[in-house]
Amino acid sequence: MVIVFNKTMMTAWRLVARACSAINRRSSVPSHVYCTSVALSGSRSFSTGTAVRKDFFKGADVESYVKDFREKARAINPGSDWHPLHLTPGLPPERTDILIVGGGVVGWSIAYWLKKKERIRDGVRVLVVEKDPTYSQASTVLSAGGIRQQFSMPENIHLSMASADFMRNINEHLSVLNEDPVDLQFNHSGYLFLASENGAEIMEENYRIQRSAGAKVTLLSPTQLKEKFPWMNTEEVVLASYGLENEGWFDPWTLLNAFRRKAMSMGVFQCFGEVTGFKYRTHSMMTEDGDLVDLTRIRYVNVRMPNSLEYQPVECAIVVNAAGANAGEVAKLAGIGSGPQDTIGAIPVPVEPRKRFIYVLHCPDGPGLDAPFVIDYSGVYFRREGLGGNYITGMSPEEEEEPATTDLEVDHEFFQEKIWPHLANRVPAFEKLKVTSAWAGYYDYNTFDQNGILGLHPLVNNMYFATGFSGHGLQQSPAAGRALAELILDGGFRTLDLSALGFQRILSNRPALERNIV
Amino acid sequence: MALLMLMKSQGCVRSCVTITSRNLSSAPAPLAPPKLNSKLALFLYQRFHDVEQMVSWSSWLKRWTLRRKNVYYGYTQMHYGDNVAAAYYILCMKGRFRFAGQSDWFQTNYRGKFSWDFMNFRDVPIEEVDMSGTLINYSGLDNLESQQGLRSLSLRGCPEVDDWFLSHLHIFQDSLEELDLSHCSQITVGGLASLHRLRKLRRLGLSSLPRLQSPGLVRILLEEVLPHCHISGVEYSQGLDETGTDTGLQTETEINQLTEDHTYTQGPHRQTLTR
Ligand SMILES: Cc1cc2nc3c(=O)[nH]c(=O)nc-3n(C[C@H](O)[C@H](O)[C@H](O)COP(=O)(O)OP(=O)(O)OC[C@H]3O[C@@H](n4cnc5c(N)ncnc54)[C@H](O)[C@@H]3O)c2cc1C
Repeated sequence: MVIVFNKTMMTAWRLVARACSAINRRSSVPSHVYCTSVALSGSRSFSTGTAVRKDFFKGADVESYVKDFREKARAINPGSDWHPLHLTPGLPPERTDILIVGGGVVGWSIAYWLKKKERIRDGVRVLVVEKDPTYSQASTVLSAGGIRQQFSMPENIHLSMASADFMRNINEHLSVLNEDPVDLQFNHSGYLFLASENGAEIMEENYRIQRSAGAKVTLLSPTQLKEKFPWMNTEEVVLASYGLENEGWFDPWTLLNAFRRKAMSMGVFQCFGEVTGFKYRTHSMMTEDGDLVDLTRIRYVNVRMPNSLEYQPVECAIVVNAAGANAGEVAKLAGIGSGPQDTIGAIPVPVEPRKRFIYVLHCPDGPGLDAPFVIDYSGVYFRREGLGGNYITGMSPEEEEEPATTDLEVDHEFFQEKIWPHLANRVPAFEKLKVTSAWAGYYDYNTFDQNGILGLHPLVNNMYFATGFSGHGLQQSPAAGRALAELILDGGFRTLDLSALGFQRILSNRPALERNIV
Repeated sequence: MALLMLMKSQGCVRSCVTITSRNLSSAPAPLAPPKLNSKLALFLYQRFHDVEQMVSWSSWLKRWTLRRKNVYYGYTQMHYGDNVAAAYYILCMKGRFRFAGQSDWFQTNYRGKFSWDFMNFRDVPIEEVDMSGTLINYSGLDNLESQQGLRSLSLRGCPEVDDWFLSHLHIFQDSLEELDLSHCSQITVGGLASLHRLRKLRRLGLSSLPRLQSPGLVRILLEEVLPHCHISGVEYSQGLDETGTDTGLQTETEINQLTEDHTYTQGPHRQTLTR
């Protein structure tokens, strides 16, 4: 588009430019405004002489010039919110204290807790960089939304219990003045795990661990199970464990938005752009065993703006990697895993995307209001969705049958062949059903031990990780965010000791595995 | 500078508005337009840190009072036993109760005073509790947990009773027969779904629950899972005309929105399993 500058417009431009540079002389201007004004004052070279400036000041109504100009600009570019002061809207600030890569529920939770824990107002500047404003591929919004305490690792149980506690008091934490209170639409229906002959012993053991951690879980015999849930076929079920409290499902969008709304009201900056690289310094150090390792410190993060090649280096002191399924890729950008073979520098961050399908079923005769989130020993799970006879179901495929992760296409064969037989076997009413829709999402899958990775990387000494939750990241996000904020601001875990989820286990090759968990 | 800040904050507000509007389908009815004085309060709140601080103090104080009222009566329990502690808690909250095997109710007088006669009933469990209109909340319920013979509980018009509270009621699953939840402003179907664990329940009052959508349908579904329970306060037709058939559709469209282009719809033909 060619814009012909006429006299008035030119004047207004200059006025704006001058106003800008005047503002800039004061120090406390957000730096993205600074960038804009540099571009603007560049337009000074268009200046055609003094005459314009003279008649501009000769009693001309400054306001009306600006107004005129605005209207013209709007006429040139109808329907856009283009504004001369925001030439590149959403450009990140040039420097920040803490930069969080990934604006999923984990990223925003960390941002919220960092702000919550800061001692003085604006004590830390926090920037969240998210590449996709529509969240079309983020795991958070594509998840099943479940929360449970039925894990076997005490760390996971405590994380989920602390998160449930957070959700119970969510309006103490995340309500914003003059906005609607947060309504998570939490459904307190509990989880029901079924065990066959093989799994019963492990289930009993897990039950003991869960009880001693304080979770409200009970064990049910097949007879009790049949009595409680008459719609279920209990054949081959030897034992079941059923959560009484703090378990169920909720709306992930609401949780994500509540975190985001609150964090932004507390002064967290948000920017839409993709982290494409890091500028870092490396020092070689000798370990006790005489190995040479490279220690890295990130100085700048390159953030590329959406739909353009333009990028902005952001200087920061600490980077938090909360990029979900992409966390492994983001870690690679900082050189993690590219060290010489057989040293710890060669160990990558073991997080990769794994595609999982969720199918929406309609079955008017299916289980009613008492239906919990059922997890069969075959790996198939289902839960109710709303009150109109809708259900969602899914299953993790075998390791060797993992679908390609290039896109989010749904494989409908998978439902017909792998899920439906188990489903109809467990709940006879499901023999007749209709698949009304389906979607796929990426698990932030930790290939090492399917548990979250929380903590500082040993070789990049200012990159923290909160990722790899492999299918239970949504429910753990409130407590995981708090733990990471403690790690960053207090230098150690304060409320929950989660050191078992740190990097140490990966470097020393001691997986922290869940037992019997889907 | 101020202008810039203002524009920026406007930008924030706008993006927040668009964020929440994505969720309108699930949010409760929109609020009425703000009144002038609340607008003024908001303006001051956003302008001055002192005002912000004051607002946060006052809400902290409110929460603190609530927490203090519902604190666990551990000391009383240790010295006088479970029953006295529970009774003392109920009277402090201005509720009423009846010991098992007695016909008299213990309650506070109009000035909030009560007689200490209940101290004589250390070994008698409480059978009926009426907490109508009190500030009992999730943590306060712990004080009643020891009353495993509790048969009737009235929570009429308790503003702090929410879905989490209902999910905690499973502690009375072997005894509770009557439950009145009328006029509880926070209850939704998400909490009512947990009531099927109360297998002795014979009577359930659900009138006037403002946040319960399509109460008629919920009544039908509840009767299905609690076949021996009489549910009062809700007509079958209530909410059915606009929402009864709607609930299913609504969730479906929500899901469709969520999945956007990953949606796939199978034909309307019914499938049967071939194995
Ligand atoms: C089908 C399915 C069902 C699930 N069910 C459950 C469940 O029932 N319960 C439960 O607790 N969990 C469940 N999960 C897991 C849960 O969704 C995830 O663990 C959790 O959402 C992870 O959150 P996150 O914020 O780390 O990741 P995400 O939500 O994926 O967020 C990461 C964000 O980072 C952004 N990003 C990535 N790379 C870059 C970059 N280079 N620059 C800028 N931004 C970037 C992405 O755009 C994305 O928005 C499920 C997951 C799936 C797929």
